[in-house]
Amino acid sequence: MPKIVFIEPGGKRREIEATLGISLMEVARQHGVQGVVAQCGGACACATCHVYVGPAWLARLGPPEEMEEAMLETAWEPRGNSRLSCQIHITADMAGLEVTVPQQQA
Amino acid sequence: MISTIIIVGAGQAGAQAIDTLRREGFTGRLVLIGDEPELPYQRPPLSKKYLSGEMAAERLVFRHRSFYDEHRIELKLGKAAVRLDPAARRVALADGEELAYDRLLLCLGADSRRLTCSGATLPGVHYLRTVADVGPIREGFKPQARIVIIGGGYIGLETAATCRKLGCDVTVLEMADRIMNRVVAPPVSQYFAGEHLLHGVNIVCDTRVVCLEGNGRVERVVCADGSTHAADLVVVGVGAVPTTGLAGAAGLACDNGIVVDEYCRTSDAAIYAAGDCTNHPSLRFGRRVRLESVDNAFEQAKTAALNMLDRPSVHDRVPWFWSDQFDNKLLIVGLSQDYDRQVLRGSPQSRSFSVCYLKGRELLAVEAINHSKDYMAARKLIAERTPLHLDKLADNGLGLKDAV
Repeated sequence: MPKIVFIEPGGKRREIEATLGISLMEVARQHGVQGVVAQCGGACACATCHVYVGPAWLARLGPPEEMEEAMLETAWEPRGNSRLSCQIHITADMAGLEVTVPQQQA
Repeated sequence: MISTIIIVGAGQAGAQAIDTLRREGFTGRLVLIGDEPELPYQRPPLSKKYLSGEMAAERLVFRHRSFYDEHRIELKLGKAAVRLDPAARRVALADGEELAYDRLLLCLGADSRRLTCSGATLPGVHYLRTVADVGPIREGFKPQARIVIIGGGYIGLETAATCRKLGCDVTVLEMADRIMNRVVAPPVSQYFAGEHLLHGVNIVCDTRVVCLEGNGRVERVVCADGSTHAADLVVVGVGAVPTTGLAGAAGLACDNGIVVDEYCRTSDAAIYAAGDCTNHPSLRFGRRVRLESVDNAFEQAKTAALNMLDRPSVHDRVPWFWSDQFDNKLLIVGLSQDYDRQVLRGSPQSRSFSVCYLKGRELLAVEAINHSKDYMAARKLIAERTPLHLDKLADNGLGLKDAV
């Protein structure tokens, strides 16, 4: 199982072994990563699982779909490397993926 | 000194309250009581991807067990709270255990409204609220199994879409003249009726179920006009009633829900309530409401948790809701009562449109179908009561956010 790194809003670094096939949001939620609110549970309806993806990983994850893009526009402080973690699905080649959780969610 | 906080109800609100209490520094005894045996889990997938089998049970839970251990949460799951004594500040469980609290939070949710007609308790008649309800429904999923769904609301229609995708023969019986009549505008009902028809769901409106019949098991549903619908399985989705028994018997004020104020306080100063079970003031809309909503459960739980720690916090949110049916996403924000104008933006034929409800120039609610942009813009415009420009609003070339 790939290890994923979450940087929590307080700066705490959490290295978590992620289950394959579930979403990055679900990994964060199961382990109580602070700041990943994920109200809608992955329905792409709330923009409260927003994360910033490490630059090395952005292209590797592929571009967000239209619905995610629309949601991201209204996320708290979106940047060029913003993604909704519910739309990223864990695969074996994601070992070392690093994401930063914003200070706030939408 | 608050040394013990007890939460009764381990759904969305209960799980969130724990999170907030620990993150905000509450280090005392924290007990979570739930009548279902599972760790706190999300309900929305129960009529969608969990029902279809696409989502495994372990993905329903919010947190792994290790989270509760790490945060010293005493889990009392599979145990019903049966009695509450506000004067003594004690709560009793079905197994006889009694627990004392300094602050109590009731997150009791809502129960499925039950059919009362003849035959309603026959085997093969199901409700869909808990994870345990899903198994027996799934067992009935065989290709061409005849599934009759009573009620054309969110639960009924999401279940219909899921059953149809699995190859079942599906009929939805709705009492009103259109599906989702209490929650969406006519063009939205019409659009979704069209989508269901396209996928082969048989929707029958203006029909009242009078009884269910069968020999030892449900075999048919009989309507007031004499029509009958053959059924191998019946799923009933005719609304929910707030769970208030425990609170009412303890003398807490209840009126279509446990009555709370904007701080989520009940009529007893040591007892708070959050989520579907509450009748609470909506500050934005200036009236009392009872909502069946994930967002509301989540936000009220946060507010209640902060207030229990004597950090004054007010619940002031614009409600929002969503539904997934086939490949359509319906997003609703605001409350659509008391409007004087409905504006359709975009066309249903394009499969992406929205319906705006206004009072004068003030936006009250938006129903967005496959249109996240209008929905997200509406959340802000409704909360901030931004006056809209009606000509711009009707201009489909402009985004809703530019209609100011």
